[in-house]
Amino acid sequence: MSAKKKKELQVAALENGTAIDHIPPSQLFKVAHLLELDKMNNTITIGNNFYSKKMGRKGMIKIADKFFEEDEINRIALIAPNVILNVIRDYEVIKKYPVTLPGKLTGIVKCNNPKCITNNEPMLTRFDVIDKEKGAIKCRYCERKINKEDIIIK
Amino acid sequence: MPGKSLVSIDQCSREDILRILKNAARFEANPNRTLLNGKVAATLFFEPSTRTRLSFETAVNRLGGRVVGFQDASTTSSSKGETLKDTILMVSNYADLIIMRHHLEGAARYASEVTGIPVINAGDGANQHPSQTLLDLYSIQKTQGKLTDLSITIVGDLKYGRTVHSLIVGMSYFNPTFHFVAPEELRMPEEQKNICDKLNIPYTEHTDFTEDIINQSDILYMTRVQRERFTDMEEYERVKNICILKNEMLKNSKENLRILHPLPRVNEIAYDVDDNPKAYFIQQARNGLFTRQAIICEALGINHLI
Ligand SMILES: [Zn+2]
Repeated sequence: MSAKKKKELQVAALENGTAIDHIPPSQLFKVAHLLELDKMNNTITIGNNFYSKKMGRKGMIKIADKFFEEDEINRIALIAPNVILNVIRDYEVIKKYPVTLPGKLTGIVKCNNPKCITNNEPMLTRFDVIDKEKGAIKCRYCERKINKEDIIIK
Repeated sequence: MPGKSLVSIDQCSREDILRILKNAARFEANPNRTLLNGKVAATLFFEPSTRTRLSFETAVNRLGGRVVGFQDASTTSSSKGETLKDTILMVSNYADLIIMRHHLEGAARYASEVTGIPVINAGDGANQHPSQTLLDLYSIQKTQGKLTDLSITIVGDLKYGRTVHSLIVGMSYFNPTFHFVAPEELRMPEEQKNICDKLNIPYTEHTDFTEDIINQSDILYMTRVQRERFTDMEEYERVKNICILKNEMLKNSKENLRILHPLPRVNEIAYDVDDNPKAYFIQQARNGLFTRQAIICEALGINHLI
């Protein structure tokens, strides 16, 4: 079997939808959680530990007939910054791009300051991304800065 | 002019600060006015603070306005589990302005988002207390005749001291030089030093509180080392005495040096300093009244009438 054929077989074809590629294997199920895949009725294929030339092993998620809003999908940059999105229509990849952190995060991250109003009142959290490269964010309410490694997803 | 909330010192431009200080000086010259005739201010002190509440309420009264509110959340419906949002919306039905203090950080920002009336933050936990910063700036300007090119030494709890962090932000427009004096455990955090670095504001750091540093200073800003910050009481006992100002340390200080402190003090300024004409912390508190009068008019959008 040719290498190309082999590669194609790893991933069942998608007619229309979104393929999320190059997910670090350790983050795969966190990404699934963050995208609330458990609440979707679409056909979803989740695969892990595929061979990757770039990263050794990788995870992949394919969701049929789902096209994400940018802010909706970009939140996964919080936990998996180098993920590649493939938007597929009619079996063709019509758009391919890496996820990037959005400027603002609403209702996704929990503030890790227990004395923050957001942890004591029924309300959405709001964070500004202050350093896209390092993934540092700042709570709009208590003004605490949170580094990437300390970010808690709700 | 539309009113606007004052939640954080970060939202004030250089022009905002200078305008508020100019108006504060007008109120100092003539504190009793009728600018708030027919207006009601609500002072909502979810966390008690007699000093700050009295200062704000006096400011409203001297402007001819009326005050409603509470001084302790244990007597309000928030102790019965009412959300902050509901309390704020209820009060917004009655008052023209909310002045609030809350133990939770970000409470004033949230309040300002849910209500249509202006909110003045009178302290939200360890986060912000912008009227304190503005009265500090007013005191600095008044005693030095200017805000620019001053050498400011800040002593004590630089790690947790919110007044100190806000003072750095407020002064950052005016080309200051800072000297930070703190025990190792309470050093200035990286975040504040980064602010200085980004704006090319020179600063030095010291763990010894020496006359040499005092003698270079125009302003000596003393702060309290709070016992609550320490889990290890032995460490507190060791650290609390490092940053104490005694009168003899001032003998070679500059003529224009003034000593500021946000009060209340514990032992960080010895009582023999009180009689030194360079001690300014009591007058500083009085300046809070005029500054708050200016802030209230700013929030209500009536500062052009002052
Ligand atoms: Zn927060």
